[in-house]
Amino acid sequence: METAKVILMILLILCAVSVNFTQNLLQAVIIFMSYSSIMCIVWLLMESPDLAITEAAVGAGVSGTLFLMTLRRIRNEDERQQKAGEIAEETSDQQQV
Amino acid sequence: MKDTWKNNFKRWMDGDQDLMEHILDTDEHRDEARAALKEEEHQILKKADEARGTQRVERLEMRGYYLTYHLVAIVSCVLLICVLLFTIANLPRYGVENPEATVVTRRYIEKGLQETGAVNIISGIILDYRAFDTLGESHVLFTALICVMILLQRDKKNMRSEFEDYYTIRNDRFHELYGDPVMHGVGSLLVPSIILYGIYVLLNGQISPGGGFSGGAVIGAGLIIFASAFGLLKVDRFMTRKLFSWIAFCSLSFYSFAKGYVFFTGANGLENHIPKGTPGAILSGGLILPLDIAVGLVVACTMYGFYSLFKRGNIGSD
Repeated sequence: METAKVILMILLILCAVSVNFTQNLLQAVIIFMSYSSIMCIVWLLMESPDLAITEAAVGAGVSGTLFLMTLRRIRNEDERQQKAGEIAEETSDQQQV
Repeated sequence: MKDTWKNNFKRWMDGDQDLMEHILDTDEHRDEARAALKEEEHQILKKADEARGTQRVERLEMRGYYLTYHLVAIVSCVLLICVLLFTIANLPRYGVENPEATVVTRRYIEKGLQETGAVNIISGIILDYRAFDTLGESHVLFTALICVMILLQRDKKNMRSEFEDYYTIRNDRFHELYGDPVMHGVGSLLVPSIILYGIYVLLNGQISPGGGFSGGAVIGAGLIIFASAFGLLKVDRFMTRKLFSWIAFCSLSFYSFAKGYVFFTGANGLENHIPKGTPGAILSGGLILPLDIAVGLVVACTMYGFYSLFKRGNIGSD
């Protein structure tokens, strides 16, 4: 059981660090949700099943869903801005040539 | 990006460029007005380039600021980590008896069942000894929902046009997985069991692990899966705006009044007439079961309300 705990803790730290280094927001949300799922198992191993239930429902379920909804709301705007940036870069490249 | 045929075609496909532009832009068709326009555009682009140059200088000037900013960020982060690690090192070890810090804990463990009537000590602590805390928590959740409503609710005042609501709903329906057979099958398989499990957790708060918040969150998650599998309009049939407000109002005021009665009698040394019941049965723990139901209803409504507000900026179809 101790090795399982150590492995879960290492996975937790990995998840927490890797959220900072992802550029893609969708990946960040998925890593966040997996963090919550691992945390749920850790709560179970620490003998607090009520916290585990709440963590699974709120952390991995509802807040992840809300993050995804927000991403979809802002994605259109984001894509438009990205496209505008690309066009600006292209025009500046053509100017330099 | 090079000016090849493929790229031109891609740009045309994206709607950024007109293929006919180059064909019309040959020497035969060049006239004075067009040339003047081109010249003007060239001047504007030149000015933009100059502005970009000044921006570069500004960026160089800002570099010192960024350096200090990053340094301060790193130093404060390391300091915070040190403080937290130091605090953790000073905490009593996990599972070791600490006589000074466990006076309250021992009282809860020894007399909890007798005083609250709940087999699950955690429920007894949350909804009996520290019920004032939980009252604040459920009100905080409700306040959060009101804040989301202020930010995201769509009504006549903040819609850009009269038909925006209609268009967003139609657009959502187009991109949604409402008719998807996989979503349908998984939803019809999962939703009943999830909601049943949520109700079980909610009602057995005083016997087994769980309680108001966990059960309510599970029911809310079930409602969200139902809404995303079968569409928000199906949920609107039973979850109208009016019902939502009534549930939130009744649960919160019931909690406040019931707990106010208990606080009043407890503080004045009066006898309160709430039966404790036999420990281990569903109807035990005095006020814990009704309070659990109240908290669970508020939490479930809030979870679903968040989803609905994020999705279309409204709770219920009206």
